[in-house]
Amino acid sequence: MKENPDTQARRVQDDLRLNYGPNKKFITICAGTGCRAYGSLKVKDALEAELKKQNMNVEVLATGCFGFCEKGPMLVIHPDKYFYQQVKVEDVPEIVSKTLAKGEVIGRLLYRDPDTKKTLFREEDLPFYKKQLRVVFGRNGMIDPTRIDDYLAIDGYQALGKALSEMTPEGVISEVKKAGLRGRGGGGFHAAFKWEGARRAHGSPKYVIANGDEGDPGAYMDRSLMEGNPHSIIEGMIIGAYAVGAQDGYIYVRNEYPLAVTHLTMAIASAKEAGLLGKNILGTNFSFDIHITKGAGAFVCGESSALFASIEGRAGEPRAKYVHAVEKGLWDKPTALNNVETWANVPLIINRGADWYAAIGTEGSKGTKIFSLVGKINNTGLIEVPMGTTLYEIIYDMGGGIPNGRKFKAVQTGGPSGGCIPESLLDIPVDFDKLYEVGSMMGSGGMIVMDDRSCMVDVARYFLAFLQEESCGKCVPCREGVRRMNNILEDICAGKGREGDVELLEKIATGVADGSLCALGGSAPNPVLSTIKYFREEYEAHIKDHRCPAGVCKALITYSIIPEKCTGCGLCIKVCPTQATSGEKKKAHKINNDKCTRCGACIESCKFEAILVK
Amino acid sequence: MKAEDTELLKEFTKEQVAKLNSIIEKFKSKPGGLIPVLEEAQVALEYIPISVQKRIATGLNLPLSRVYGVVTFYSFFTMTPRGKHTVRVCLGTACYVRGGKALTDTLEKQFGIKQGETTPDRMFTLESVRCLGACGLGPVIVVDEDVHGRIKPGKVKEVLSQYN
Repeated sequence: MKENPDTQARRVQDDLRLNYGPNKKFITICAGTGCRAYGSLKVKDALEAELKKQNMNVEVLATGCFGFCEKGPMLVIHPDKYFYQQVKVEDVPEIVSKTLAKGEVIGRLLYRDPDTKKTLFREEDLPFYKKQLRVVFGRNGMIDPTRIDDYLAIDGYQALGKALSEMTPEGVISEVKKAGLRGRGGGGFHAAFKWEGARRAHGSPKYVIANGDEGDPGAYMDRSLMEGNPHSIIEGMIIGAYAVGAQDGYIYVRNEYPLAVTHLTMAIASAKEAGLLGKNILGTNFSFDIHITKGAGAFVCGESSALFASIEGRAGEPRAKYVHAVEKGLWDKPTALNNVETWANVPLIINRGADWYAAIGTEGSKGTKIFSLVGKINNTGLIEVPMGTTLYEIIYDMGGGIPNGRKFKAVQTGGPSGGCIPESLLDIPVDFDKLYEVGSMMGSGGMIVMDDRSCMVDVARYFLAFLQEESCGKCVPCREGVRRMNNILEDICAGKGREGDVELLEKIATGVADGSLCALGGSAPNPVLSTIKYFREEYEAHIKDHRCPAGVCKALITYSIIPEKCTGCGLCIKVCPTQATSGEKKKAHKINNDKCTRCGACIESCKFEAILVK
Repeated sequence: MKAEDTELLKEFTKEQVAKLNSIIEKFKSKPGGLIPVLEEAQVALEYIPISVQKRIATGLNLPLSRVYGVVTFYSFFTMTPRGKHTVRVCLGTACYVRGGKALTDTLEKQFGIKQGETTPDRMFTLESVRCLGACGLGPVIVVDEDVHGRIKPGKVKEVLSQYN
């Protein structure tokens, strides 16, 4: 007789536990996209070759993203859990002969706290990780995402077993409702309400969809989950499908994420093989299958109704929302669509209970949220924190503040639909409602930090140019209004701003927001309105004084060399792509402003801060 | 069928046309098959001119306007031939605030073309993308499949010299 997949899964898990017992020696190395670009796979190959050469039997696991992208490639040596960062291929022989063979640590590969100057040995000691609560994302670093066995070893598919054997579909929904899980994709809509709506809706078949069209520039947490822990998303979707009564599911992934597609495809195949997906899941009457759809490069397809259109093989244009997706979604059938991160939260809620989950976070926003901390920040990376953590804690305690001792200016959250939050509001606890209150939004969780050299008018222009490009063109106020706003902002940045432009922007913004069907148009004015609200004086400086205080807008600035600071080293002459800098060795150089394109190459190269932007 | 083939064979090889036909065949009966067909066709043929769109429209029994609408809507699809290498500059917010724009300017100047164009020798196609999700490495350029992080305008030449 065929073994019950549930017992089978448990047995495999026990075997694996023995394999990776507390004293087992093995290495986990981050193989997220960032670390791969730094060459982590080469380090992995070198490690394996060196281990073979030295006749040692130690496994090297290429795991999902660790999150601390700033310091890649990085690896952890178990069971001591030594955390090595910025590892190069040249370091490998020493790692094997010292750390693995004799248990000695290599000082230069450990992380040094820039504030306390202390050397830190383990991941959990690092300030970057210390205040995080990595219940969803932390599991990335423990498993090889291409192997289902690894996921089973960290209690994978236990929640599915529990849901199918002990809970009714209604029970699952009420548990998720009690947990207070809200959509991680931007809107913050309660997941359980969607599921309930789709369950009650008439029509068959029903669908569940994972939205992995992570389009917000500066956000890459969904990518890391799909690449690093695909089974957590799949398990969440199966549980959701059981609750909704769906037979088919789709994961919609951006075309720009090939590794995510590969890992998800592998995960789906191995889940099917294990009897966790497909017909009669875990021996029950419940059957469910998942397909992968690749996007083709359209930001608007992250919007639910545009996403349906795209899966159906049409141009991704949103439609009016008086018909709800839970009743008429994909192919006009009841559909529950959630973001990738939302699905990955579901197994946790089922496993550990709604009470545990609801104890994390704030009144209105429960659980944790993964943020990508990028831009002008020391510790670039992905962090997971309880809802309600303040912006200050995120940017200074975990993010390590602004590089080169510069001054913080703003943090942009929520992607192109969000807004810029100034320094005076750094103490607000981050959750869905609070961010909305200050004129921004959670979005998918991108946080782009800007310092005093970021021009807020330029940032607004950047987002509007982005949105103009990505507007599908269906609603005229969005198509034309965003274009007009972008034109005005371009003029302001080019020094051609006119009195009254700011007021005109505000007026058009209202029209665009009111006259658009979907959230892209509805929130398109946010970058403009929030920068006007908090940084109006910068707009005024551009328009009235023809001055860009941050030194960004090229038409309003000139470069010059401060003769007292210039040592005449010649580096700026070497790097200048237009030969605008000139001078003799050891004498102060000069910049010809007719040739200068203000590309900033000389500023980057100058070690003496001798280049003045005015 | 033969007459149509002559039009396709002007631009593509026999093998490519056969591949296109088999791609159409594979997705013919699947609902929502148009986008996957176009994606695979672009991989096989490198670009999707009108002649190819006509073949896909007939094969999938769709109006040509629908195929053309989808091809022009999504930025992934291209109707003109591409260079041997594709250089993509990330202009996501994180790369932008760290100097992605300066990279685009440098590349445009070096190639003598604008974004979305191909150099006359068909070596490089220059594109910008909105975010590659490699924000930790910003500013980023991607040549074909290789991600190059922390690139400064002065380093562009060195990176490109690896590709010929």
